[in-house]
Amino acid sequence: MLRKALHQTGSLAGILLAVSLITFLLMNLAPGDPALAILGETATVESIAALRGQLGLDLPMLQRYLNWLGDVLTGDLGQSFRANEPVLGAILDRFPVTLELLIGAQVVALGLALPVGIYTAYRARGPADRLSLSVALALISTPPFLIGIVLIYFFALKLGVLPATGYVPLSESLAGNLRTMTLPILTLGLFEFPLYMRLLRSDMIQTLQQNFISLARAIGLPPWRILIGHALRPSSFSLITVVGINMGRLIGGAVIVEVLFGLPGIGQLLVDGIYQREYLVVQGVVLFVGVFFVLINFVVDFLYGVLDPRVRVDAVRR
Amino acid sequence: MTLSVAERERIKVVGPRRRWGDLLVALPAAWLGVAVLAAVFAPLLPIPDPFRQALLRTLQPPSAVHLLGTDALGRDVFARSVLGLRVSLVVGIGSVVFGLGIGGTLGLVAGYFRGRTDLWISAVMTVILSFPPLVLAIAIMSYAGPSLALVIVALGILFVPAFARIARANTLSLAEREFVLAARAMGMRDLGILMQEVLPNLVAPLIAYSMLMVAVAIIGEAALSFLGLSVPPPQPTLGGMIAAERANLLEAPWAVFGPALFLFLTILSLNVAGDQVQRRLDQREAAL
Repeated sequence: MLRKALHQTGSLAGILLAVSLITFLLMNLAPGDPALAILGETATVESIAALRGQLGLDLPMLQRYLNWLGDVLTGDLGQSFRANEPVLGAILDRFPVTLELLIGAQVVALGLALPVGIYTAYRARGPADRLSLSVALALISTPPFLIGIVLIYFFALKLGVLPATGYVPLSESLAGNLRTMTLPILTLGLFEFPLYMRLLRSDMIQTLQQNFISLARAIGLPPWRILIGHALRPSSFSLITVVGINMGRLIGGAVIVEVLFGLPGIGQLLVDGIYQREYLVVQGVVLFVGVFFVLINFVVDFLYGVLDPRVRVDAVRR
Repeated sequence: MTLSVAERERIKVVGPRRRWGDLLVALPAAWLGVAVLAAVFAPLLPIPDPFRQALLRTLQPPSAVHLLGTDALGRDVFARSVLGLRVSLVVGIGSVVFGLGIGGTLGLVAGYFRGRTDLWISAVMTVILSFPPLVLAIAIMSYAGPSLALVIVALGILFVPAFARIARANTLSLAEREFVLAARAMGMRDLGILMQEVLPNLVAPLIAYSMLMVAVAIIGEAALSFLGLSVPPPQPTLGGMIAAERANLLEAPWAVFGPALFLFLTILSLNVAGDQVQRRLDQREAAL
């Protein structure tokens, strides 16, 4: 167990280093002079030279990377040029919004996928199964912003029951926060739901064909006890992995949903940074999101071992 | 001619399901065929000029002249959607070909030579996978500026790991088979074995997967163009049209739902057809 933990931590450090390198290279290999891009039309030869010096652009690439990495490790992602605030501060200010969106979406997606997945596996090929598979296919074929626009059209514009844009912080009012977050969370949750539902359904169908389920049936256990008490756990391993891996897909979806609904999360920060050519903000958000995603995957890997004893045994044998 | 009850029953069971299955291939194939033809021959179609603005005829509802109405600048939504679909298809197919070419080659090499080569290639794939896919594409687009070629590359990179994984897994098992051993015993070189013995067996699994990935790529392009990070204007994109017209969603839903319908039907068709192709290939594989 300890050896595995050490090995995993080692590769985690390697991956994080690679993530930082890619983030750095993306910005520095891009065509054009970042100093010129930041200063825009007001640039003069002197101001460009001064900013290049300030950003360290005249140093060799490797030296710049190491300097930057040193800053990053001490929590310094630079200052945004226009707002003149620390980039890390701006990210941390906005991260709770994104986190609420992500967690809410996972809860909605799983809350729908578990009952639907279990029931359709139990009644596979029945009418409910066919209907839910068709709905899932339609949702998979709809880009996330389109799900959001359809929800806005009906709930905000036609029925007028929920706001289409705006954000009320959780600290201000719980009810107001929930009202503004319902449609974004529902959008992202519906985007994620079909993947989970189809995965759980097919794993569950396989589990239900196994001997221990026949035995449970033979001794007369009621169906719901067989499904939830016996079949769910062995059917949910791949679902748990995918819930973790899909955080990446979900973060991408969150960027779109935040822009669509005007939520002040890090996705909005990223896109605003791109529009305003705030290179350090963009770089900071990309790095932050990359690191966050790697850490989530690391934790999921670990949880997987806790849930499925077979993984632990394998690791020890190796 | 009389049929026994059993035979009649069998026809009843087999008949409709068979037809349904065929329909599931025919309908999406028809839409995709029409979409590709429309995209290729867009300039020749008898539709209004997609770029002509008519500020006196903005947000007109659908009519015989404007099948899907007009947008906030009085431009024809149908004609613009056809042009937008063109971008979606070019980017969707282009980025998957990019991912298939590079990922397929890397997977083939990794699975065949194994050892250190495999380790290095896997490490590179792990790094690509350690970014949330859309965020990586957004980052690439934001630094390098919007252009068609770049959208294809930015989305194509995201597909490299998946294709590499499939190619590697299939190559690993193929390389153990007797016909590869026989080829080697006959003195065939590695390159020859890879190209003539292994590669032809990889085509089927990779193609079926490609169709599903084109659907994903079109969603990716739509997301990028919704954010204004795909092909720059005046070239219309489906995501860009939806983003621009969503302010008028209540007064002119057609300007948003028109391009949305194009997007949805194309992605749905690719998903349904891709599923069917994969299912049939799986059956053939199982029969072998």
